Amino acid sequence: MGSYILKRLVSAIPVLLGITVIVFAIMALIPGDPATAILGSYATPENVEKLNRDLGLDKPAVQRYFIWLFNMMQGDFGRSFSLNRPVLDEVLDRFGATLVLAGTSFVLCSLIGVAAGVVSAARQYGFADKAITFVVLLGISIPSFFLGMMMILIFAVQLRWFPASGMWPIYGDRNLLVLLDHLLMPALALAVVATGVVARLSRSAMLEVLRQDYIRTARAKGVPERGVIWRHALRAAMVSIIPVLGIQAGFVLSGAVYIEMVFQWPGVGRMLVDAILKRDILLVQGGVVFVAACYVGFNIVVDVAQSLLDPRIKT
Amino acid sequence: MSFLSLLARNRLALAGLIVMALVVLLALVTPILPLADPDVTNTGNRFLKPFSEGALLGTDHLGRDLLSRLLWGTRLSLAVGFAAAVIAAVLGAAVGIIAGYYGGRVDNLIMRGVDMLMAFPYILLALAIVAALGPGLLNALIAVAAVNIPFFARNIRGITVGIAHKEFVDAAKLAGMGDARIIVSEVLPNVVPVIVIAMSTTVGWMILETAGLSFLGLGSQPPQADLGSMLGEARSALITNPHTSVVPGVMILIIVMAINLLGDGVRDALDPRLRSGALTRPMAATMVQRKGPVPDPQGDNVLDLRGLETQFHVKDRIYRAVGGVSWGVKPGECLGIIGESGSGKSVTALSVMGLVASPPGVITGGAVFYKGEDLVGAPYERLRSLRGREVAYIFQDPLATLHPLYKVGDQLVEAIRVHHHVSDKEARAKALGLLKDVRIPNAESRLENYPHEMSGGMRQRVGIAMALANDPEVIIADEPTTALDVTVQAQILSLLDTLRREKGLAIVFITHDFGVVAQLCDRVAVMYAGRIVEEGPTQIVLDAPAHPYTRRLIACVPELGEGKRALHAIPGLPPAVNDLPPGCAFAPRCDKATEACRQGEIALDAFGARKLRCLFPETELEAAQ
Repeated sequence: MGSYILKRLVSAIPVLLGITVIVFAIMALIPGDPATAILGSYATPENVEKLNRDLGLDKPAVQRYFIWLFNMMQGDFGRSFSLNRPVLDEVLDRFGATLVLAGTSFVLCSLIGVAAGVVSAARQYGFADKAITFVVLLGISIPSFFLGMMMILIFAVQLRWFPASGMWPIYGDRNLLVLLDHLLMPALALAVVATGVVARLSRSAMLEVLRQDYIRTARAKGVPERGVIWRHALRAAMVSIIPVLGIQAGFVLSGAVYIEMVFQWPGVGRMLVDAILKRDILLVQGGVVFVAACYVGFNIVVDVAQSLLDPRIKT
Repeated sequence: MSFLSLLARNRLALAGLIVMALVVLLALVTPILPLADPDVTNTGNRFLKPFSEGALLGTDHLGRDLLSRLLWGTRLSLAVGFAAAVIAAVLGAAVGIIAGYYGGRVDNLIMRGVDMLMAFPYILLALAIVAALGPGLLNALIAVAAVNIPFFARNIRGITVGIAHKEFVDAAKLAGMGDARIIVSEVLPNVVPVIVIAMSTTVGWMILETAGLSFLGLGSQPPQADLGSMLGEARSALITNPHTSVVPGVMILIIVMAINLLGDGVRDALDPRLRSGALTRPMAATMVQRKGPVPDPQGDNVLDLRGLETQFHVKDRIYRAVGGVSWGVKPGECLGIIGESGSGKSVTALSVMGLVASPPGVITGGAVFYKGEDLVGAPYERLRSLRGREVAYIFQDPLATLHPLYKVGDQLVEAIRVHHHVSDKEARAKALGLLKDVRIPNAESRLENYPHEMSGGMRQRVGIAMALANDPEVIIADEPTTALDVTVQAQILSLLDTLRREKGLAIVFITHDFGVVAQLCDRVAVMYAGRIVEEGPTQIVLDAPAHPYTRRLIACVPELGEGKRALHAIPGLPPAVNDLPPGCAFAPRCDKATEACRQGEIALDAFGARKLRCLFPETELEAAQ
């Protein structure tokens, strides 16, 4: 097992390098001169040239890439000109909030999605199945940002059950209960689409498995139906559900950007949108690379979980 | 055209199609509708409520007519979404076809790049692209199309790899056609349907994603507005004037939902497994719809079947898999049931404990008596408590019938603990004893093995151990040795024989191999097309088969040391059980058949210890009194 984890970690290195190359290449596409973008169109040519030199933009692209890469490996992601602070500090500050939001959504979509899929499959064509199928269809069709806005309208403005925005109140205590109070609506809004996708896939994976011979064996042993469904069938279905959970993790992590805008959540997504609008390229680069790298790391966790679940995977 | 009729039969997909057609139609005729200019501001009339004078859906924060903006915005959103889908599909397909067609290093390089792009969280990559190109609707379109290229590339590559190795491509190469011509004339026509389907299922996503970027202020820029930027602009007035948000939001919901319904319908219509019903889940016990009287049990059999009928109901067709079968076994006795594939012997066996997959299986008649208690129509909980405890099964292929993800020890422990309240430790000790009973060497370490880590013979021993776990009265063995080689088969048979003698088990042994029957069974019943055609003590039936089918079946068994006896396969195939001929089902393949055989029902008559369903027996049988 240890050697398998090591192997997966090593195989992540080229992926991480590829990510930095892609991000760098995309940013190198920027039309016009970044220095002009920073200084505005009224800047004097001398100032533009000086800034270009300061930013190292007068060097060839390949050299710039390696400088950027080596600096990042030493924890220097550069400096955000719009915030006037190191990129990594800002990203780390913001990433915690995103992680809380996306992490909660991921847990919600995994638990609710898998449970809904299992119930749906176990009651195929019954009332529960039809009801779940309909809700799932609605869930995967509704834009999360619109859903979030409607939730604010109903549960924050009309019913006053939850605060309408933010992660913490401006004044007052910061404890877990306060956080949950602020977290529930955005986490749900973010989870809905992913939950629908997971539920759909879980349903079809379960239907596939329930046809298998070993399910008939379990029944022939006299295993109660509940055990057949939740122990025998679900365990086998998880083999095809887990990779989809991995994809959904990426979906909630990046889809958080909409929810962070709607709920004024102080996360990395909102930071990125602000940075894009202000053309703060280093901040965008750093944020994207950081989040993508975290996602690669999470996928290793998914693979390890998969190998623990399925003994047939060579470790 | 069956595809279209299938789509039409799916009412939800049809609804999606109609809604989508209406939306597209509205978007197309928007320029000629008598609408207010969507971009003319009139701050005196800002935030008019819906159904106001002159503004059906009200006005927005700049006093612009919402209905007009909605229709123009829908037009724009649809156009951008479709454009992104087309761009992604064309470029993705091109990349996929090149990778799949050329293979080798080209393929490797391209797919590495695709994997790299897929390592990004989806929306993050779109954000990075917009960051580089700058906000704007065209740039958002490019970004959304770009992040979807890997999805298409991967799908199309998979299909192309399959096609690139087909004979017609080789033929084209031999004919001297260039790669470009082969791709266009041979490969492309085969992948276009796949591209279209993939597009129809993703266009909803594309519309959502471009709307999302516009919502963030990174897509369409004012005054031009698609649905996403309408929603984004309305956000600041959400609490005071929610209608400005609800109008575009509901429109996006309607469009995406209609596309999803349609996409699901297309996918379902094309999925052969859904058409054949192969994706319906089997229920916990076989359905029972018993018509006609319930027979009485006979004799002192521990397990006694009387006139059992099991059918498969597939759409409007009825397959009579088991057409009135009666047999019984006494304690310590072994009954062999023999017949070709499709003769109904396995279905008979599975019907006993209600294990026939249902749907489509239905038990429609007869009775199954276990110690005098009729199990057909018994409550599920009663059936479950007997399964494995009183009547246990051994199945054919233990690699498929043992759970692949649980250790064999855990599977044995579970078999014990579902029926007995014992501790895990006690159950584990019993499991160890069971493995020793079935002569598995190193039983302790074997408990920790997964099924895939064992050989076929060892796995089948585990299957037998599991059947023995609760000391059942009856074991039903459904071709337990068919997947094994001959030496292992002999070991398993002698093991079963010993267990039967030691524990007084009744065994029902299902097989297509008379050699196996001869080794193990006291009596044998021969099944054909869902019915018993001959039954009797094994040795007597083997020595002097009375039914022509039995004789032919025995002639199929090669015998060691018998020299150059020709093996005679039986010509023809067993009849389809949804369309049985009147009279003897074997008549079409029988060389003795006459008109009389095809006339009507032929009874299973008793002749002493034997029973026979034939007008022209191979040997003379004396009728029982």
